[in-house]
Amino acid sequence: MSIEAKKIEQDDALLALIKKMVETPGPSGQEQLIRAAILEEIQGSADEIHTDAMGNLIARKGSKQPNGLRIMISAHMDEIGLMVTHVDEDGFVRFISIGGVSPLTCIGGRVIFMNGQRGVIGCERLEPNALPTLEKLFIDVGATSREDCPVKVGDVCGFDRPFLDLGKHLVAKSMDNRISVVVAIAALRALQASPHEVYFVFSVQEEVGLRGSATAAYGVDPDVGLAVDVTRTGDTPRTTKMEVALDKGPAVKVRDSSFIADPRVVDWMVATAKAADIPYQMEVLEAGGTDGRSIQLARAGVPAGCLSIPCRYIHSPSEMVSRIDVENAIRLLVELISHEVKLG
Amino acid sequence: MSSQKQPSITTPPEVGSAQVDLLARLCNAMAVSGDEQEVRQIVLDEIQPYCDQVEVDGLGNVLATRLGSQAQKVRVMIAAHMDEIGFMLTNDEGEGLFSFETVGGIDPRQLVGKAVIVGREHTPAVIGAKPIHLTTAEERKKALKVEELRIDLGPEGSSKAKVGDRATFATQLEALGPSIRAKALDNRLGVINLIELLRHAPENIDLLAAFTVQEEVGLRGARVAAYRFDPQIGMAIDATPAHDLPAYDADVENTRYNTKLDHGPAIYLMDGATISDRRLAEWLMQTAEAEGIPYQIRQPNPGGTDAGAIHRARAGVPSISVSVPVRYAHSAASLIRQEDWANTLKLVYHALTRLTPEILS
Repeated sequence: MSIEAKKIEQDDALLALIKKMVETPGPSGQEQLIRAAILEEIQGSADEIHTDAMGNLIARKGSKQPNGLRIMISAHMDEIGLMVTHVDEDGFVRFISIGGVSPLTCIGGRVIFMNGQRGVIGCERLEPNALPTLEKLFIDVGATSREDCPVKVGDVCGFDRPFLDLGKHLVAKSMDNRISVVVAIAALRALQASPHEVYFVFSVQEEVGLRGSATAAYGVDPDVGLAVDVTRTGDTPRTTKMEVALDKGPAVKVRDSSFIADPRVVDWMVATAKAADIPYQMEVLEAGGTDGRSIQLARAGVPAGCLSIPCRYIHSPSEMVSRIDVENAIRLLVELISHEVKLG
Repeated sequence: MSSQKQPSITTPPEVGSAQVDLLARLCNAMAVSGDEQEVRQIVLDEIQPYCDQVEVDGLGNVLATRLGSQAQKVRVMIAAHMDEIGFMLTNDEGEGLFSFETVGGIDPRQLVGKAVIVGREHTPAVIGAKPIHLTTAEERKKALKVEELRIDLGPEGSSKAKVGDRATFATQLEALGPSIRAKALDNRLGVINLIELLRHAPENIDLLAAFTVQEEVGLRGARVAAYRFDPQIGMAIDATPAHDLPAYDADVENTRYNTKLDHGPAIYLMDGATISDRRLAEWLMQTAEAEGIPYQIRQPNPGGTDAGAIHRARAGVPSISVSVPVRYAHSAASLIRQEDWANTLKLVYHALTRLTPEILS
């Protein structure tokens, strides 16, 4: 096989993995399907895999050598979604959000329930120029009464939108954070000789408050931790200013509104990217939180940081990332955990 | 350590006049978050004979352990918070008038004109405001802010109270036919239910009972209690608002009631602090169906219970909450149905008797 042909085959495999990860539903608290899908992909690549009490999928690779560390990589596998609060007498379904859902991106959207039932989101009549709130919205599942409605209070749905390949850029409803799940899976598979004991955590319930990674970090008890997550960009028309753009490489988080990355971890990430000649960007995110916070605050404290994948339109049904950024994020993550780490 | 543990009562717990009397003592007591001494003392007196071990931890939680006798046991932590919402005196302005802050979630619109009790001596006082004779129509359109209100203890008040003292509503519990009206039903109902569960604890579990402090200010007591107990399963038993009144805006359906009175215990699937473990939700629903106990799913909504702290303890604890529906929660007078209370106690008891380690596999 020519080098060219091999590259195309690898690309196709990566795209297939992304498609599978982003199209599997898994709102916070309902991670069973996405957990099974990830397990399928990592079985055989890890030395030990278990699911903890909260539902985090934890895969260990390697064991700690004298010059190695116990490193926790956390990519949350949950996504935002909706939960049913009430079914009215005409069969319309009222709901509450799971994680940060904007009413603006809901109207006209489609959802898929964990039992496979699909539905569309409608809106009550609004006052002129009024913005919708979630209370004004409802899901129409095609029912005509409370009795024939196929969903009930407490049932959960995710947004329903197929994967879209635009060439350089890739679009899906759950790039946040399945693209990081893909990065972690690819790094786990690619990791060869390493002095470290690396725990790849596919965490639950990040979107509702970084909950899964908190208990996972307690269980893993790492020497250093890295979250892998998406971050917003400032490269679209008339948007809020931010020094991160698509196609310019994975981002090294300095801070977000949930934590300040350990400067030693930031230095380690920058030095590694430079040494391996991988493009990178520095990230200061003014609003948003990641698993980095919960790892940092676990037990007596852990040096922690975050490797970010730049992403447009976060928490909308069409989140967009750059394919080259994804490939470089995988390279950078593998580099980070392959060599001896000396923090400051 | 008590070496004289009384054997568990083997019949299911019930709600009778003895329980209503104990609930009255618990509700009439004052235990505003951070000073739960009064309720803690009642709890300690009631549970001591039935426990293998009782301690009061560093934050003031009562941590009681009642070990089961069977070989295959599940370590279950059940938390009921002892504290209630209320007030703290912040400034002595002379002549018995004190400015105050609210403790926990209180709607200031509910405060004007309420009789209150202040401090460990329960000194009677009132939250006063300018009477209607002297107010203008314009003034009456605006809700008074807490900063504009004072607690009035009378001219000798300054000698009876001091800055930092707690205060709460003066309401005394009353049984009203099928209902009960009292302050602090959130969460003395959980407290009395947990006392009853200790007395009737089944032998297939180690019951780790946490009567917690400071829930109303952010689930603080439960956090350290769960760390100490390190349980396999966590459950908060609490009270949750019922807003099951007709919608006030004409003929549309009330779609946001949270829970309804007379519909039985409210099982949680999600609130602002916890996504319940679905295995535990199934276990409770199956128990209710098998025992013929009515139940309702609490509408997934914001709000939180001690489960929010328990499930995040250490490496994680599968957790859930069950509440008694309460109308007018966090006010001077809330209202419940005795039947909902009894069914909540019954549901948790029967669920515990059916619990096996396989639930987590």
